[in-house]
Amino acid sequence: MRRAVFILIGLILAAPAVAVEPNEILKDPALEARARDISRELRCLVCQNQSIDDSNADLARDLRVIVRERLSAGDTDEQVFKYVVSRYGDFVLLRPPVKSSTLVLWGAPVGLLVLGIIGLAIWYRRREPPEKEDSLTEEERARLDALLKAEDGK
Amino acid sequence: MKALQPRFLIPVAAFLVLATIFGVHLSEISGGKNISDLPSALIGKPAPALDLPPVEGNGPGLKSEQIRGKVALVNIWASWCPPCRLEHPVLMRLAREGVKLYGVNYKDRPEAALAFLAELGNPFQALGADQAGRTSIDWGVYGYPETFVVDKKGIVRYRHVGPIMPRDLDAKIYPLLKKLGAENG
Repeated sequence: MRRAVFILIGLILAAPAVAVEPNEILKDPALEARARDISRELRCLVCQNQSIDDSNADLARDLRVIVRERLSAGDTDEQVFKYVVSRYGDFVLLRPPVKSSTLVLWGAPVGLLVLGIIGLAIWYRRREPPEKEDSLTEEERARLDALLKAEDGK
Repeated sequence: MKALQPRFLIPVAAFLVLATIFGVHLSEISGGKNISDLPSALIGKPAPALDLPPVEGNGPGLKSEQIRGKVALVNIWASWCPPCRLEHPVLMRLAREGVKLYGVNYKDRPEAALAFLAELGNPFQALGADQAGRTSIDWGVYGYPETFVVDKKGIVRYRHVGPIMPRDLDAKIYPLLKKLGAENG
């Protein structure tokens, strides 16, 4: 039991590993929090599927430092993003902006959904109507009645 | 047998479209395109400023004025970067053919950089040291080497990520240089 508690405490205290090094961290906690938020939205171009907050690539470190410098110099978050995007393009943003060049990217899921719904609607409409229940001939009906009666009579 | 209904052609058409897309991309990759290469944000924009100190013991450094009015190739390299070594003979060839090359030496030890040039030749008109890596970030560099083609008006026209290989010369570099050379400054 005691062991389980220790393991639990250990798991709770285990923070996810981050690439940010102590000497990069700003003294002002509010600024640092903004820097972390921005860093999580910026792609590390060396590894391409990590944010600069996660990556320990050299370039990611340099960009983290630049983000903090810009914030310390009084830039708004938007200005910091603009600074990085003007150099590295939209691809550096992990959340791509909606614009004409990304229309396919953002529109495709919606488009596919609409196509799926249309397809489903057409399929439902075209489906052959279920056979009429009342499709027995008079003769068949009479025979069926006779058979059922015979069953009941047993 | 029933005649083929048009809707049976839908999967066939979808297959053909996909096969075409895959085919085009595969042929691009086998033609030397790297799918992780990114478009530069700088194409069609003025080249970022260059104001670099020299690689210790080599000339005056590199400043924007030096590339002004010329068709210039700005190459970002380092002696520790293996593809840079691979690319170097191509740069030497361009320099011999009269192309104006300017070097940005990225986060390198000066003695290592100069030893590299002493061994393989120096193709650069001028060379600057980017110790902090800030100039490279201004140019949007993320892989080494990278080469930018800047026209006579100082506008970035092309960016090449990774080493320029001989086949890239005919495919991209020569036609572009020819076109830019004919433009008025």
